[in-house]
Amino acid sequence: MASLKELKNRIGSVKNTQKITKAMQMVAAAKLRKAQEAAEASRPYSERLGSIISNLATSMVGSAGGPELLVGNGQSDTVLLVIATADRGLCGGFNTNIVRKAREEIVALEREGKTVKLYLIGKKGYDQLKRLYADQIVKFISLKEERKLHAGIAQNIGEEITGMFEAGDFDICKLVFSEFVNVMQQDAVAKTLIPAMEGMTDLPEGGETTQDLDGAIYTYEPDEAGILRVLLPRNINTQIFSALLENQAGEMGSKMSAMDNATRNAGEMIDKLTMTFNRTRQAQITSELIEIISGAEAL
Amino acid sequence: MADKLKFSLVSPERELYSGDVDQVDMPGTEGDLGILPNHSPLMAALSTGLITVYKDGVEDQYFVQGGFADVTPAGLTILAERSVHMDELDHDDLRSRIERAQKQVASLEGDAHVALSRDIDAMLRILGGKAA
Repeated sequence: MASLKELKNRIGSVKNTQKITKAMQMVAAAKLRKAQEAAEASRPYSERLGSIISNLATSMVGSAGGPELLVGNGQSDTVLLVIATADRGLCGGFNTNIVRKAREEIVALEREGKTVKLYLIGKKGYDQLKRLYADQIVKFISLKEERKLHAGIAQNIGEEITGMFEAGDFDICKLVFSEFVNVMQQDAVAKTLIPAMEGMTDLPEGGETTQDLDGAIYTYEPDEAGILRVLLPRNINTQIFSALLENQAGEMGSKMSAMDNATRNAGEMIDKLTMTFNRTRQAQITSELIEIISGAEAL
Repeated sequence: MADKLKFSLVSPERELYSGDVDQVDMPGTEGDLGILPNHSPLMAALSTGLITVYKDGVEDQYFVQGGFADVTPAGLTILAERSVHMDELDHDDLRSRIERAQKQVASLEGDAHVALSRDIDAMLRILGGKAA
């Protein structure tokens, strides 16, 4: 049995750990609120952009030879997976879930005989994936230095991806990230970015997305193709941006519940250790008493 | 005129303006546009410049850099790539962006060169107008 001193030390160290996890939980809660607000604030933009593109896309369907970003370049041999994870750990299964989803995608695609390239955002995903797919990683960026997510980050990433597509480095681009459902639940999803047409299949047919124009015809300035040419790269930037925001909210939510669990576990451990501590002390006192009494009787 | 134009200005980060206004002027890539209530459906690409919002005789200005204007019978939505209210415009940031663009412009040719030069001109105009 551990000595009293040892037990005391352990209780002290667990208490310290509990303090840390509790502080981390509170920080995560505050950050989660901010991240959620940011994600919500960006939603009007991405929704409007999505509906404009689907409007344009449906009107372009008849005419052959739409932009390659929209309809694809007719091939599907090389797939670029953009995998967004967090830069920090200690957030439960958050990063692992995204990586698992990414690996499922990679395995499925490779079974179909396709070449897979990886574009990694976030350190944790890189750490986990570099062991298996080091030679397939074309780019890795960490957002650790960025204090706050802003549209410029996503813009840089988006422009790079668009540039790679135009250079013919890949045919299809998929984005893997974690969709924020609520604090307890984040779903890792894979979404097709290029061709944009494919990613749109989940839009409600003719629902809210189509505008009632009272029979009027849209005027385009410049022409439709010109607008689409500018709009599509921007759509990629926006999708990446909202993925990053969702990820951030998910990371914080996940961290919050992970730290909440850790705090609770630490509490339980303290209770148990205190119990052992008291028992040990009591046993010591009892045995001392017995010694004294039996010593007195012997006299 | 009782008619008002339902106007919303959104950037990727947040919604900057939402409400009923009388008129909105904006910088289209093909020239400046003024939108009044009951405008016919229009989709226009925006360049760098100022958006002026007229409401009850009061003017409000926003700096915008790239984006789209979408006019439907329901109203006008501007999706700005980057946009801030003129009062919040960060001059140092703008200046550094001009410098960056000026360095970049030399290496470009054709349409891209023209577009970026126009961008720089517009930014310089805004910077000069505000400083004066």
